[in-house]
Amino acid sequence: MLFKLGSLLMKPGAKMALLAFAIVFPFLAANEYQVYVMASAFVWAIAVYGLNIITGYCGQLNLAHGGFFAIGAYTLGLLTADAGWSFWPAFVAALVITAVLGFFVGIVSLRLKEHYFAIFTLCVGFIIYLLIDKWEELTHGPIGVRDIAAPSGFGLVDFTETTPFYYLVLAFLVFSIWFMGRLSRSLLGRTFIAIRNGDELAQSLGINLMRNKVLAFVLSTTYAGLAGALYAGMVRFIGPEEANINHTFDMITYLLVGGIGTLTGPLLGTVGIVWLTQSLQFLEEYRMIIFGPLLVILVIFFPRGITGQFLTWMHHKAQSLAPGKKQKASKVQTASAREAENNA
Amino acid sequence: MNLFFQQIINGLTLGSIYGLVALGLTLVYGILHIPNFAHGALYMVGAFMSYFFMTDLGVHYWVAMAGSAAVVAVLAILCERLVFHPLRNSPPIHDKIAAIGILLFLEAVVQMFWGSDFRRLSSPFTGIMNFDGLIIPEQRLLIIVGAFALVIVLQLFLRKTMIGATIIAMAQSREGAFLVGIDANRVAMMTFAISGVLAAVAASLYAPINLVYPAMGHLVIMKAFVIIILGGMGSIPGAIAGGMIIGFAEAFGGFYISTAYKDIIAFGLLVLILSVRPQGLFAKGAH
Repeated sequence: MLFKLGSLLMKPGAKMALLAFAIVFPFLAANEYQVYVMASAFVWAIAVYGLNIITGYCGQLNLAHGGFFAIGAYTLGLLTADAGWSFWPAFVAALVITAVLGFFVGIVSLRLKEHYFAIFTLCVGFIIYLLIDKWEELTHGPIGVRDIAAPSGFGLVDFTETTPFYYLVLAFLVFSIWFMGRLSRSLLGRTFIAIRNGDELAQSLGINLMRNKVLAFVLSTTYAGLAGALYAGMVRFIGPEEANINHTFDMITYLLVGGIGTLTGPLLGTVGIVWLTQSLQFLEEYRMIIFGPLLVILVIFFPRGITGQFLTWMHHKAQSLAPGKKQKASKVQTASAREAENNA
Repeated sequence: MNLFFQQIINGLTLGSIYGLVALGLTLVYGILHIPNFAHGALYMVGAFMSYFFMTDLGVHYWVAMAGSAAVVAVLAILCERLVFHPLRNSPPIHDKIAAIGILLFLEAVVQMFWGSDFRRLSSPFTGIMNFDGLIIPEQRLLIIVGAFALVIVLQLFLRKTMIGATIIAMAQSREGAFLVGIDANRVAMMTFAISGVLAAVAASLYAPINLVYPAMGHLVIMKAFVIIILGGMGSIPGAIAGGMIIGFAEAFGGFYISTAYKDIIAFGLLVLILSVRPQGLFAKGAH
């Protein structure tokens, strides 16, 4: 039974069904708040996709991701609230600025390996937080930024309403996932995976480590900037807490639960956990009592998360079925096996 | 001139605390090659344990410190047994994520019991010594003397005892240590226990002149990481020297440059150094 469900999920139809569900969700939701929660889950999911590029595919644990999210949010916030820009130019500026900053941080930090890189980015994330908190002339310090513009709908739609905004975020999410899908199947995506699986081997194959790592890093920070800008347009009030390291830790949890280095993992993990925390409201403050050990258990027993575990399981199942239904099974195998093996 | 000496005292105080925390971190890194992000949480738990022993059980400061050191040592051993040991053959990224999991868990547990309020640990050493205009609060003097004493004891332990020697051997060469029959599990547990004790003592010493709250470990652990990168990951003298460098840089930077940005100094220094020397200042040529 489960296997049938699995092969169903592998079909392109499943993606369409998922998308269709996302489209009709506002009509199914009991109230506007649920739509809002779903929209915010999508915003985080976009950021987690970014983290997945550098950490999942390229294997570099970036602990400054929340910082770049905050830079995206602050760029949009300050440009619209203080400089009087309208939403879309500021939105583009947020992407450009996170990409450019990502490039500069990348060329310095990616010369470092493994632990050094993680520690360095941890410090970069903290510098971003401190700068936002202390540079009052620019960022208003702990008071935060108010009156951030909502996306302008050019007279057609009103994005201050929750439901239109939901669709806007959904559109960006679909684009993000589509782009990730293309990326992960491309030569570039496989180059990233090669670097993760062993950078010396990758180098000996003629892969330019630095250029590819920086590219992965810039892509990931741009995703973070995109999510941050959307977040600022949604909540329309931001403070230094957006750059808190806990946001980065949250995103790592989402990524790990969903499945690190997989295409559907970030979406499943983020949406799943956001709803879980929503339904356990009383846990809000203490959710880490559960998520902390959950992270540990996941890395020890299920290091590939829900999706990765599922893909491996599919792979074994497909192999055991292979002699009987050669034609059918091998088709399933190719898709799931490739991803499963990549993650091994 | 007095103000200058005052900053030297401040630098020594900060440097001692940072040095103790960094020592624990660097010992664990040297043995197991784990950047223990949860070390700051152990430090924080150490402060709360002292607070608990003193205010709720009403014991003396020294007893509280010893109790806290024991509790945190056990906690550190548990972390090693339950988390890092099962992960010893995993890719390095898993250790880091698991360490973050421990950090989040410990913080949440402390927050559940004590809330996120700022608390103050009272110390019996509240007096102030006045050396011809140079003012030294007793607690600061205690920190400096205590830290130096602890470092000396640790050095003696590592150099003069058999157990200490196994730790050193393991740090120098894992395979070599196995060849001569050193029990890796025992060394790992011992190292974690020592790192826990160092963190708890540092926290208990520093808490009376600072505040106790669940997020108190964040800055300290990040600075400790900066220090062990400065001093070379796994190097014991490097951790002490690095602690002093950062302590002095903060004391003088905070005084002569800007108080608001004094916390950035350490990280700015790290960014600068790693930009020039990606392997850290004193690290032996790897790559």
